[in-house]
Amino acid sequence: MPETLPADSVGLVTPQQARFDEPLPLACGKTLPAYELVYETYGELNAERSNAVLVCHALSGHHHAAGYHSPDDRKPGWWDAHIGPGKAIDTDRFFVVSLNNLGGCHGSTGPCHINPETGRLWGPEFPVMTVGDWVDSQVRLADRLGIARFAAVVGGSLGGMQVLQWAMRYPERIANAVVIAATPRLTAQNIAFNEVARQAIRSDPDFHGGWYAAHDTVPKRGLKLARMVGHITYLSEHSMGAKFGRDLRSDELNFGYDVEFQVESYLRYQGDAFSTAFDANTYLLMTKALDYFDPAADHQGDLAAALAPASCRFLVVSFSTDWRFTPERSRELVDALMRARKPVSYAAIDSPHGHDAFLLPDARYGAVFGGFMHRVARDLGLEERH
Amino acid sequence: MRPDLTLIHHWVPEGAQVLDLACGDGTLLDALARDKGVTGYGLEIDPDGITACLERGVNVIEQDLDQGLANFDDDACDLVIMTQALQALRRPDRMLDEMLRVASEAIITFPNFAYWRHRLYLGFKGFMPVSRSLPYAWYDTPNIHQSTFNDFERLCTDKGLVITDRAVGRGDHESHWSSRLWPNLFGEIAIFRVGRGEARRHG
Repeated sequence: MPETLPADSVGLVTPQQARFDEPLPLACGKTLPAYELVYETYGELNAERSNAVLVCHALSGHHHAAGYHSPDDRKPGWWDAHIGPGKAIDTDRFFVVSLNNLGGCHGSTGPCHINPETGRLWGPEFPVMTVGDWVDSQVRLADRLGIARFAAVVGGSLGGMQVLQWAMRYPERIANAVVIAATPRLTAQNIAFNEVARQAIRSDPDFHGGWYAAHDTVPKRGLKLARMVGHITYLSEHSMGAKFGRDLRSDELNFGYDVEFQVESYLRYQGDAFSTAFDANTYLLMTKALDYFDPAADHQGDLAAALAPASCRFLVVSFSTDWRFTPERSRELVDALMRARKPVSYAAIDSPHGHDAFLLPDARYGAVFGGFMHRVARDLGLEERH
Repeated sequence: MRPDLTLIHHWVPEGAQVLDLACGDGTLLDALARDKGVTGYGLEIDPDGITACLERGVNVIEQDLDQGLANFDDDACDLVIMTQALQALRRPDRMLDEMLRVASEAIITFPNFAYWRHRLYLGFKGFMPVSRSLPYAWYDTPNIHQSTFNDFERLCTDKGLVITDRAVGRGDHESHWSSRLWPNLFGEIAIFRVGRGEARRHG
């Protein structure tokens, strides 16, 4: 944390826990008997309980979206650029709820927790989750917090898919949907990349069919590889080129297989850091949730028909150099929304940062996101303090 | 509101589903939504215009009109409006076809190049006209397809389209809009209301 807290930070935050004892039926046919969700909130819920905004996280995200857990934290939450006083999601006006999804490895019930039926870790036996399952669990959290209807549900990437699911499955509980750098379904290429990541993990000798904890080990090499290949898809060719070019670590080529190019060093560093911080079973499960998401599939491929139940306003945002979920995928969503005659706005942000752009600060992105949220707040009669 | 927008406001039927091409800051759609219960979308590529639309609550889609309207179905809406943008497109004729594919009616406004002041400017000074309605120099103007009131009428005729209404305006008098005498000479801004021709209606 910086010496003095920036005025636009939500400051120190403490995660909270909610336990749910009512069984949760899942898309895979199994039922989760009970579960816990860890979440954070920023800002204050108003008396009418009308100013709540739900933030949905992406593949490797979690509940810590903004602020700091302790003064010693080096970095704030993952979406601090867009959540805080005066920011796009203005915590002076909105009450923000951000949770860790089921199956995660940051506190919510997942593979690293004990399965009450067996008395041992869930591990690879934790049910494969879908975006729909997550949204069902999030609705119960909303009930617990007394939020009948969110002013907005927002998310990037896999988070954006959860937003879409909210709009389709619980139309009466969401007034506005913000879908950023997302897609209405993965392409074959997207699934292919996910499969490479999964194979990297599953073929690691330390994986032990997902029971690595029982062997007192972690499939670090597999997770590292998975993260390395994933990371390539999060950046653009341009941003990698600008950051590393063909720069070498030392002055000359050494005709061997140790790290030579800076980009290799960077990827290995990212992979190593991730391999000790993230759970392999969670990673597998999250990539499956991505692969399975395809709301149009239940409507003979007609996305507009799938979106028909939605009654909220939509904002869709894409980034020019995002080649993971390209602007074309967002256009596909926007066109379907228009065909379904839903209120929708779309902005295609010029950015050199690839898929990761949705996490970063950017003047135009901020103006678009903030402009839409400003209108949401104004329609609710929420006072502006800045 | 800009004078051409005021006139269009009168022409748009209650509750229509509208597509506003190059909708700018969303002024027209916002007014039409509030006054006439109109729904629909604005298309725009200017970032400031898009932000303004979002703040107003106007549905705005970032889309380059030179890429066409292929993402809209036939008869996707009731009415397509395009104000002061036709002359800036690469192929205005194709856009006209597209507009009357996605709706049965279109309202179009553009600066009339044959306006008497423009004629005088070119005729006597010998330079490309620069005026309130054409504020650019020849080299930086976005208006790459200048045309006149008569030119547009001829294009509609050639395409077998039906002009159901037309008006001209002088920018300096907001109330001074009429289907007046010699529109090609005295109209600074041309406003046309166009419908599909017989072939299109029955085809």
